Amino acid sequence: MLSAILVMAGIALVLGGVLGWAAIRFRVQEDPLVEKIDAILPQTQCGQCGYPGCKPYAEAISKGDADINRCPPGGEEGVKRLAELLGVEPKPLGEGLEHKPKSVAVIDEALCIGCTLCIQACPVDAIVGAAKQMHTVVADECTGCELCIQPCPVDCIRMEVIHEDIANWKWRYPVIPLKKVA
Amino acid sequence: MRKLHAFNGGVHPEGHKGESTGRPIETMPLLPRYVVPLRQHIGEPARPVVKPGDRVLRGQLIGQPEGYVSVGVHAPTSGRVLAVEPRPVPHPSGLADLCVVIDSDGEDRTVETAPLDWRAMDPSALRNRLREMGLAGLGGAVFPSFIKLNPGARRHIPILILNGAECEPWITCDDLLMRERAADILAGAEIMRHMLGTEEVLVGIEDNKPEAIAAMTAAAGGRGVEVVAIASLYPGGGGKQITYTLTGRVVPAGGLSTDVGVQVFNVGTAYALLRAIRDGEPLVSRIVTVTGHVVRPGNFETRLGTPVADLLRAAGGELPDATGQIIGGPMMGFGLMDEAAPITKSVNCVIVKNAALFPAAPAPMPCIRCGACARACPAELQPFELYWYARTRDFGKTQTYHLFDCIECGCCSYVCPSHIPLVEYYRFAKSEIWSREHEKQAADQARERHEFRAFRLEREKQEKAEKLAKKASERLEGGAVAAEDPEAARKKALLQAAIAKAQKAKEAVRPKNVDNLPPDKQREIDAIEARRAQAGQAEQAAETEAKR
Amino acid sequence: MTGSPHTVLAGNSVRLVMLKVLVALIPGIVAHAWFFGPGIWVSLLLCTLLGVAFEALALLMRGYPLKPFLSDGSTVVTAWLLALSMPTLAPWWLYAVGMLFAILVAKHLYGGLGQNLFNPAMIGFAVLLVSFPVYMTQWPAPVELASHTPDLIESFDLVFAGQGAVSPDAYTTATPLDLLRTQRLAGDEVGGIMAQPAFGVVGGTGHEMVVLMYLLGGLLLLNYRLITWHIPVAFLGTIAVTAGVLQFLDPTNHPDPLFHLTSGGAMLAAFFILTDPVSASATPRGKLIYAGLAGFLVVMIRNYGGYPDGVAFTVLIANMAVPFIDAYTQPRVFGHGRKEKGK
Ligand code: SF4
Ligand code: SF4
Ligand code: SF4
Repeated sequence: MLSAILVMAGIALVLGGVLGWAAIRFRVQEDPLVEKIDAILPQTQCGQCGYPGCKPYAEAISKGDADINRCPPGGEEGVKRLAELLGVEPKPLGEGLEHKPKSVAVIDEALCIGCTLCIQACPVDAIVGAAKQMHTVVADECTGCELCIQPCPVDCIRMEVIHEDIANWKWRYPVIPLKKVA
Repeated sequence: MRKLHAFNGGVHPEGHKGESTGRPIETMPLLPRYVVPLRQHIGEPARPVVKPGDRVLRGQLIGQPEGYVSVGVHAPTSGRVLAVEPRPVPHPSGLADLCVVIDSDGEDRTVETAPLDWRAMDPSALRNRLREMGLAGLGGAVFPSFIKLNPGARRHIPILILNGAECEPWITCDDLLMRERAADILAGAEIMRHMLGTEEVLVGIEDNKPEAIAAMTAAAGGRGVEVVAIASLYPGGGGKQITYTLTGRVVPAGGLSTDVGVQVFNVGTAYALLRAIRDGEPLVSRIVTVTGHVVRPGNFETRLGTPVADLLRAAGGELPDATGQIIGGPMMGFGLMDEAAPITKSVNCVIVKNAALFPAAPAPMPCIRCGACARACPAELQPFELYWYARTRDFGKTQTYHLFDCIECGCCSYVCPSHIPLVEYYRFAKSEIWSREHEKQAADQARERHEFRAFRLEREKQEKAEKLAKKASERLEGGAVAAEDPEAARKKALLQAAIAKAQKAKEAVRPKNVDNLPPDKQREIDAIEARRAQAGQAEQAAETEAKR
Repeated sequence: MTGSPHTVLAGNSVRLVMLKVLVALIPGIVAHAWFFGPGIWVSLLLCTLLGVAFEALALLMRGYPLKPFLSDGSTVVTAWLLALSMPTLAPWWLYAVGMLFAILVAKHLYGGLGQNLFNPAMIGFAVLLVSFPVYMTQWPAPVELASHTPDLIESFDLVFAGQGAVSPDAYTTATPLDLLRTQRLAGDEVGGIMAQPAFGVVGGTGHEMVVLMYLLGGLLLLNYRLITWHIPVAFLGTIAVTAGVLQFLDPTNHPDPLFHLTSGGAMLAAFFILTDPVSASATPRGKLIYAGLAGFLVVMIRNYGGYPDGVAFTVLIANMAVPFIDAYTQPRVFGHGRKEKGK
């Protein structure tokens, strides 16, 4: 009896030791959770969540400092996916935050004075142009964050919603008339 | 006798071919106005090269091919350009797309044309001409023909299949074309054979078209072309299906028929190719079947850009109590939203519906897993499993059940006792998967660019600080810094080298930001469209899914 | 609606599918009435009415429209299958309990038409067999052997009031499978047991003819293309092979394969119960495994288990294995991994 207990305890000790050593030896350097959260965030880099970009927000979520419903560009869908990842209940977007259709910034090239302020504001370097020269937005790279609107001294930047056209049109979820009557 | 191979499943919908085969092909009268979309083929839309007010001649290039997967668009008649603007086009979405609106001057003058000496021409030059002349598959998939006519460096394509199966009900444009212009079709095939270097030419025609088989057989005499009657079984004209039926070769999933040494063209495409080369005439018209609930059903040689409403008028107009139109066949076509939409290279048929011919679909019931769909599926899929996962938006699972091997032929929905619109679920799931893929790419790009920006700002700050420090020290000690502290200098050099290296690496992964649309993305979308269009109709556009 | 196809197979519907199943059951029912008396009509009627009532109740509670689901015929199929599996002339409440479990629990608690993991009729049957074993062994005696066969009126009385002119012993008996089991447990040899008149030519007087008619109905289903050959062939084949091997090893204790095939619920299960698409495997290879498993278990339960006939339990066990079987037997998709010819 005693020997059995001793053997079991011995095995437990050895295994525990191996596990502990493995945990230290093979510790993953970067927190993979942050990466996973960041992969869900839309990368609009707009700062509406209160953090200077998506990655910092992801870090805050993983540390438990931030709620999952702070990112308007991600919308309800994004919150849902975060909730799934973290195993918590999904919730509506936070107070005062609103999901808007994706849009791109357009610079009125006739008004632009080439001040470069918008270039400095753009989080993804999607605006090209040099000092004193007309600037323009590379639509394909613009994330629609709206950060360039404020700094413009002559208010020549506006947001244009991306409309559905034949190239980006999607088939809809079929509407099935037969469902619950209530 | 050639040994034919039977593909799995398939269905026998009522043919309804007789309605529109009674009269020979009629030529549409000249219209006062044409609306010519610039996106008539798979790939990037053509770029307009005319502006409002310009005078154009018939056959004049009005849309320049843009990017590799693209072909030209031409004026259907002479006249004046009224507008270049979005107009309704035949598309399931009912959305508008960029079109060139041409007011005809009634003279129908043409640009100068000259036949091409195809035997003497360099193959790549010949292909370029075909690209400019707007040649795209006329079976419905409208994949640029010049790409399919490029055998590639390593590949040998021993078999050319001319697809005259026309397996969709109601459509008869290929049937009539084969009856009336068999010799021209085969002359076109001759040129294709030359360009591809194929040895064998097979013509597959469903056995519900005896006249076409007779005409083609008669014309084939002495040309080394074999005309084969195949069983009438939808979707026997799908590219992969006809390849298997005639040769027993199985096109690998996600691959092309050229992977197994076969190239497939619709008979209409062969005819258009001949016109382009023998007469030097770009693609400005095609044969369209008008049938169903109209006064005079038939086939019409129709200029591209003809509004559907005008075409219907040529067929005597709709009969009373019509309930809308289908573009294409009833198995794979889509409902037309606006009769102002024009005929394009992809429109082979307009069917006018009424309540008797096309009763409203019965209300769907739950799936009872009866397996009828799986027995009917030519792609040998398990449609009810796909449906289950597409319905619950479990897109990962739909892919493990090979969603992307579905050719959207509609056989499963056709036989489903529960009347579930299965194909619609598959289309929804496919579009959703593509768009997520697209979004993910965009997000990755944004993340990279944002990280790079952070890195750049950091570097700039550092450089500035260094510069300041250097200046300050220069002023103080007169340039003896480097000698004074070799250790610090070495560190600095190392650091700079590292920064330079990191920057280089970043630059390498940085996506090209100069193109307005990354070509790979575009190609992907093209591939998708091609796949979708491919199944039902002759033209085997699967070529698009080309190894990307 | 822009979706294609714009046309569907005319007249095709779930109702038609179910109707064809009912039609295919008719030869068996007629044979049943002929060989065991008209009592079967009473139980069919009762189960059908009960089924429709429970279905309507479930639909109302779940907020589904009544008309499409009540008229789809699936409830009637369940009702008939249960009625045919149960002893006729049982008290009415026995049918009621069976149908209650079949429709409310097995069908609607799992989500209704198309969603049920288990065959509803077999759930109902299994519940009864476990809860009321005595009633479930009182089968009507074949007309040929009975001293008295209740007519239609008397059958009604028996079912609803529980009383007849004569004592139940006159018209009920144990099934051949029952007899076999009890007498084998008593130590008799199979050969001797099966010489009794109740065993008929191959599988039991009366029973063998009904089974033959089920086979006929099954062929009808095959002809309608509502079922494929896989399940019946695999099921009956495995029964024959397993029973054959056992008999070869120990002929004194095991009846011959033909007896197994023609007695109890085997034939009904082969064509009508195991093939219920909702709860059956759906892939060709899966069907073979699924039905083979069921066939093997039937013989095992009959020869070694605690119940005379194991069909209900084996069906349920096989149903349970379906998701697993299907997941591992997905057929090859066109263009995937077939050897390329001609290259
Ligand atoms: S709110 Fe803006 S910055 Fe914050 S996570 Fe969302 S997209 Fe990124
Ligand atoms: S045909 Fe319809 S009901 Fe039958 S399995 Fe397929 S989807 Fe389900
Ligand atoms: S539409 Fe797709 S799933 Fe349905 S039968 Fe055709 S290939 Fe199979």
